[in-house]
Amino acid sequence: MEVLTPRSLGEALRIKAERPDAVPIQGGTDVMVELNFDRARPPALLNLNEVPELRGWSHENGMLRLGSGLTYTEAMALSERLRALAEASRTVGGPQIRNRGTIGGNLGTASPAGDALPPLLVYGAEVELAGPNGSRRLPLQEFLVGPKRNALAEDELIVAVYVRPLGSRQTFMKVGPRNAMVIAVVSLAMCVDEERNEIRVSFGSAGPVAGVVTAPLDEADDLPQRVAEAASPIDDVRGTARYRRHALQVLTSRALVRCLT
Amino acid sequence: MSTTARRLELGRVGETTRRVDAIPKVTGEFAYASDLFAAGMLWGHTVRSPHAHARIVEIDISQALAMAGVHGVLTHTDVPGAKTYGLEFADQPVLAIDRVRYFGEPVALVAAEHPEQARRAAERIQVEYEPLEPVVDPERATEQEPLHEENPTAGHGFRDDQRPNVLRSIAIRHGDPDAEGEVSVSGVYELGMQDQAFLGPESGLAVPDGEGGVDIYVATQWLHVDRDQVAPCLGLEKEQVRIHLSGVGGAFGGREDLSMQVHGALLALHTSRPVKMVYSREESFVGHVHRHPAKIWMEHRATKAGRLVNVRAQILLDGGAYASSSAAVTSNAACFAVGPYSVDNALIECTCVYSNNPPCGAMRGFGAVQSCFAHEAQMDKLATALGIDPVELRLLNALAPGDTLPTGQKVSGSFPAAEVIRRAAELPVPEAEELPRDPIRLPGGAGNTTHGQGVKRGVGFAVGFKNVCYSEGFDDACAARVRLWKGADDELVGEVHCAGAEVGQGVTNVILQVARTELGTENVALAPGSTADVESSGSASASRLTWMAAGAVRLACRDALAEFEAGRSAVDVQRTYHHPRTAPLDPETGQVKGDRVHVAYMCAAMRVVVEVDVELGLTRVVWIGTAQDVGKALNPQAVHGQIEGGTAQGLGLALMEEIQTRDGLITNASFTDYLIPTTLDMPPVEAELIEEEEPDAPYGVKGVGEPPTVVSTAAVVSALRDATGSELARVPVRPDELAGL
Repeated sequence: MEVLTPRSLGEALRIKAERPDAVPIQGGTDVMVELNFDRARPPALLNLNEVPELRGWSHENGMLRLGSGLTYTEAMALSERLRALAEASRTVGGPQIRNRGTIGGNLGTASPAGDALPPLLVYGAEVELAGPNGSRRLPLQEFLVGPKRNALAEDELIVAVYVRPLGSRQTFMKVGPRNAMVIAVVSLAMCVDEERNEIRVSFGSAGPVAGVVTAPLDEADDLPQRVAEAASPIDDVRGTARYRRHALQVLTSRALVRCLT
Repeated sequence: MSTTARRLELGRVGETTRRVDAIPKVTGEFAYASDLFAAGMLWGHTVRSPHAHARIVEIDISQALAMAGVHGVLTHTDVPGAKTYGLEFADQPVLAIDRVRYFGEPVALVAAEHPEQARRAAERIQVEYEPLEPVVDPERATEQEPLHEENPTAGHGFRDDQRPNVLRSIAIRHGDPDAEGEVSVSGVYELGMQDQAFLGPESGLAVPDGEGGVDIYVATQWLHVDRDQVAPCLGLEKEQVRIHLSGVGGAFGGREDLSMQVHGALLALHTSRPVKMVYSREESFVGHVHRHPAKIWMEHRATKAGRLVNVRAQILLDGGAYASSSAAVTSNAACFAVGPYSVDNALIECTCVYSNNPPCGAMRGFGAVQSCFAHEAQMDKLATALGIDPVELRLLNALAPGDTLPTGQKVSGSFPAAEVIRRAAELPVPEAEELPRDPIRLPGGAGNTTHGQGVKRGVGFAVGFKNVCYSEGFDDACAARVRLWKGADDELVGEVHCAGAEVGQGVTNVILQVARTELGTENVALAPGSTADVESSGSASASRLTWMAAGAVRLACRDALAEFEAGRSAVDVQRTYHHPRTAPLDPETGQVKGDRVHVAYMCAAMRVVVEVDVELGLTRVVWIGTAQDVGKALNPQAVHGQIEGGTAQGLGLALMEEIQTRDGLITNASFTDYLIPTTLDMPPVEAELIEEEEPDAPYGVKGVGEPPTVVSTAAVVSALRDATGSELARVPVRPDELAGL
């Protein structure tokens, strides 16, 4: 297996255009599991760890730009600006995983259980994708097209995520059968968007993709019910559909208390 | 020798001494069996059954054999000696012959230069299966076609039970089994299949000796019984097979049965090259036996004053496809069904069946865990029915020396159950922490699911007991060999050989502490464990090795020192220590045919505080306090370590640990989906060591590894019931049940 290590975004994009079969790898917390379990043997890995344009975060035209290489540990430090994302990042794996795993990796894997997805969805995030013919931006909801499927073309890379800062009335919660290091049985993010006078809720692990439900600020009473109805959970080794629907209702009620009082 | 008593810096019997492997393990320098390496070695890989039950029609190895890097492909026809093996009954094929009986059963072996080549070649071995209806419901197993045409466990002095697929059944009749009480409570309790979940997967290295024999370096629990099973399968004399202990990354019973030993040796002898085998995590879940899932019906009859009159129990254990140590687990589950309580009448029936589920065998607690979960739920239920404090009820019925157990054995020696109960109950329970708190300190933990909403507190209590050492007439003796000579400055130098397996429990320190104490010197080393230069130590099992190794090393040291002091300049002494003899149970009545069926008993009591988010069904175990009957603590810090670790393992079964199966196939063979407690799930454990010396044991010791596991599952669930008011009759308890769904 070849490992290709570009030193700039331009070089990375050139390689990706020439070698669309090269699998991008950042922290490796998903990709290496696939390799170690012998579920995938890509001909090449595109190691993005040395691409400076993908690292860190910055302000850009009133938006926050999160590089796709932003680690969960780094995202945890953004709790002043992006509390729900910081809280979600704290629930990911253990410290070692959080030091390696990235937001971009979560988008690339596009698992319905991806912990960063519900917060980014309630922020109304846009994903920047770059390819040989320039870059484009997609709303995250359009980027996520199905379980473990996204809208990334084979010659494109995930470069960044753009979010609008929305104040502090936001939260994230994740249910698992133990108190750390679990894959979500169900998760929920909520934020209040005062500009649009709206509450947005997103949930994970309760449908093929993370779902989004919105309500006007003064019509939040039936949100718990609506969120539970919007979900399409299944029974699996981690939990039952019945429990997931019940938990979503409880989590939404609690999130409303956190965000509205 | 100098007659002045010297202060030993390194610790004698009864002193806390730091584990000799502590620093290498923390720094990552410790060599586990998976780190073994030999020049020119090949990598072995096992081809396993994807079916729980199937007939093998044909195996075609030709494609695999032709692949680059492949040095050998073996099937059952290549096993030169005995085709089957087993700890107690040789019912398990080395490689499946014409039928597979469980998911993951070994069918063929590959040796190749690179592990990837071995895996690829394994994929090219074509096995044609004809799937058969699997026996997966233990309650129906006794009505289905037998999985073993000749019952492997028949005629071993067990009850003659003609039902198909009965691995062993026991009935213990004590007093008048129909005796009535004034109050009666009953219930049906279930336990899921728990895994040992040791972190070091099954690994070893087999090296041909160039003379037809083989050296096997492996992570195991009992070197000599491995050798005794491996040699016949290879068609070799025992002396031609030498087993050497390699670094063990946890065992908990899961390394009592063979894993890669015969397979690695077959490949090594076939290729004349060293062969290493390391199971993957997924493979490890099918590579060893598990704790028996159980369904237990119990009825307790008592007087209004709370004295137990009669306990009736029916226990069903699922043994899976092969016998392993199921027969002994069955006996234990029956013997400890009542708990550490005195009762004049009892009828205990326990049946273990064969099925096409994953094979079950030894795991820490060995049958007593299952029974304890049921009898302690019953004691709580009885206390409620009678309006008596649950601790008072237990004290009222506590078993004491002189009492007769349901097997007819009189409790002798040390058994301070009442003291243990009292001391655990006296431990002060911490106050509830104030809100708001970091969510890490609330149910749901890092998931940030509550800031206090829905949280209820519960306090639970449980008592459990178990035997130490092997039982039913088995003489699991332990040998030790001691060499003494004069070193520089004419100082005494000692070298101890003992095959007792250091599996993380700390027996290395125990052996060295005993040797230092007996020889009066710090110049003592422990040689690596091997079948080549010392006799059997028996297994690192049944909480027995501190007792047995201390006994053997003390005996050998004393005799060696006597010879040395008589003027010999160098001595080499080997001695074998035996525990008091036990006797079997009568197959019809379950009554002991001699003085004792078990060597001695140890008990523990535990108090648990939980907080449950009753809306989401999530739990935080806040605090655990325990008192344990340890005889004498040879290395107190190590005893506390065993208590904390054993408690965590029982907590795991209470809250999250279960191997899930569908039609006999394991559906969660990974640490992503088979969850074990993390440091955020495990509370601080306050442990009181009750030291009442056991008269039959060296230094008065007892075992310490199992009682915390026996009692903690029951104690945690007792607290969950207190918080939720739900019956919670099955473990692991699911969030659904805690949330009342």
